[in-house]
Amino acid sequence: MLYAFLCYNNEATVYSWTKEEDDAVMAKLDVVHQKLVKEGRFGPALRLMPTTTGATLHKEKDLVLDGPYAETKEALLGFYVIDCDNLDHALSIARELAAANPGGAYEVRPVRLFLPGEPGVGVT
Amino acid sequence: MTDVDWIGAALAAARPQSVAALLRYFRDLDTAEEAFQEASLRALKTWPRTGPPRDPAAWLIFVGRNVAIDSVRKRARQEPLPEEALISDLEDAEAGIAESIDHGHYSDDVLRLLFVCCHPELPATQQIALALRVVSGLSVKQIARAFLVGEAAMEQRITRAKRRIAAADVPFEAPGAAERATRLAAVAAMIYLVFNEGYSASGGEASARAPLCEEAIRFARLLLRLFPAEPEIMGLLALLVLQHARAAARFDANGSLVLLDDQDRARWDRTKIAEGLALIDKAMRHRRRGPYQIQAAIAALHARAAKPADTDWAQIDLLYAALEELQPSPVVTLNRAVAVSKVRGPEAALAMVEPLGTRLAGYFHFHGLRGALLQTLGRDREAHDAFSRAIALANSPAEAAHIRMHLDRLMQESDATTADKAAK
Repeated sequence: MLYAFLCYNNEATVYSWTKEEDDAVMAKLDVVHQKLVKEGRFGPALRLMPTTTGATLHKEKDLVLDGPYAETKEALLGFYVIDCDNLDHALSIARELAAANPGGAYEVRPVRLFLPGEPGVGVT
Repeated sequence: MTDVDWIGAALAAARPQSVAALLRYFRDLDTAEEAFQEASLRALKTWPRTGPPRDPAAWLIFVGRNVAIDSVRKRARQEPLPEEALISDLEDAEAGIAESIDHGHYSDDVLRLLFVCCHPELPATQQIALALRVVSGLSVKQIARAFLVGEAAMEQRITRAKRRIAAADVPFEAPGAAERATRLAAVAAMIYLVFNEGYSASGGEASARAPLCEEAIRFARLLLRLFPAEPEIMGLLALLVLQHARAAARFDANGSLVLLDDQDRARWDRTKIAEGLALIDKAMRHRRRGPYQIQAAIAALHARAAKPADTDWAQIDLLYAALEELQPSPVVTLNRAVAVSKVRGPEAALAMVEPLGTRLAGYFHFHGLRGALLQTLGRDREAHDAFSRAIALANSPAEAAHIRMHLDRLMQESDATTADKAAK
């Protein structure tokens, strides 16, 4: 069974790390990543850019607000990774999706780091 | 990271919001700072045992407020301080309480704290020093090092700034829309100043002052998180990260400045560039142009060019024209002339530069650019004069060395032409 792991943390704290501290955390994570890659368990993984780079499309009102989705009543039900030209393009794709599936919101956020991964393929 | 590292990072990140809320509560900068300091000491004792609280700022505000009130009471009634356990046991409850009290005010609190630091009565250097001390929490020693002055002198500068602010009226009421915009603009200007203090350094100073760039970026991030729909704040953060992305390529092994055209673009920080491009793209959607957005858009065009020849100078020319309209200044026109020289040739650029002569007579870059344009046009004698003027006005050995290189080339060329003529 594939599991998605959703990473939450205090953004102000993480962006207070120096480059050295950030690199150190990433290096430690990479040890875990590599182990999972070897076992053929590692699927796509991504690190998002800060919330300030994103925007949220509220589907019902067709309203775009800058910043992250802040409501807590709705639950995260899924996500896409789509190659977009820019934020406008991303929002127009979000609108297409919204027309097919109304209710709730899409938060669109540029991806900072993308590790494609390949579950089911181990390195021996 | 060790315990102390993550606590340090969490305290640094929570500081602006915490000190800002405590300032609203106590209406006194020193009391707010002391209360935060005391709360941080308790965090250092408590957090390794309990783990990090879910909302570090809420914890610090709550504890800071209690200890400050207690110390007032203690002074008044000589009562003992409450047991440490009483405070640390409250953790779950306190986060909720502090949150309900403080989250509504939180954006305006932090804006007020930053705004207090850029009080118009304070000279720029004091504004910056105060913001670094109060908002970033840098030590006086760290700030002194960044400004290349002694610790005692910096201590005095900060004390003087605080005294001025205490004497001035700090606006504690929640600001209206117009007032909020005024405060945002003043704070943005201060953040840009902090960045430039770090960015304009060169040689041995550069590494000492680099933290100023990092702090400015932290301020801009903080501000944008609080006011996520302000295109000029997006523009400001975009501008700062795009400029800072070039940091590793801006100096050679000797610490001399490397000009944009000569920089090794492989050393530009791609993560920062990607963030800057995403931010400027987002800002432009608002169709409310402003100086930071335009400057960021210019920086973005440089960042997008894989090599100098790929630079979209025509677009840069248009952006400088827009900037000239919004913020007319001879320096902006001078920058535009660089783009014009690439798009329409040196003659057009020189025509744009010449009228600036009286206002920029003492400006290094004016004579440097004028010299280069004259040289391209074959007016060697005038170019020579302009370069000599530029060298006399250089702000750093690197700038002087760069112009001297032009001069040497000019001399070699004219020697070669003379030799040519002699041979014929």
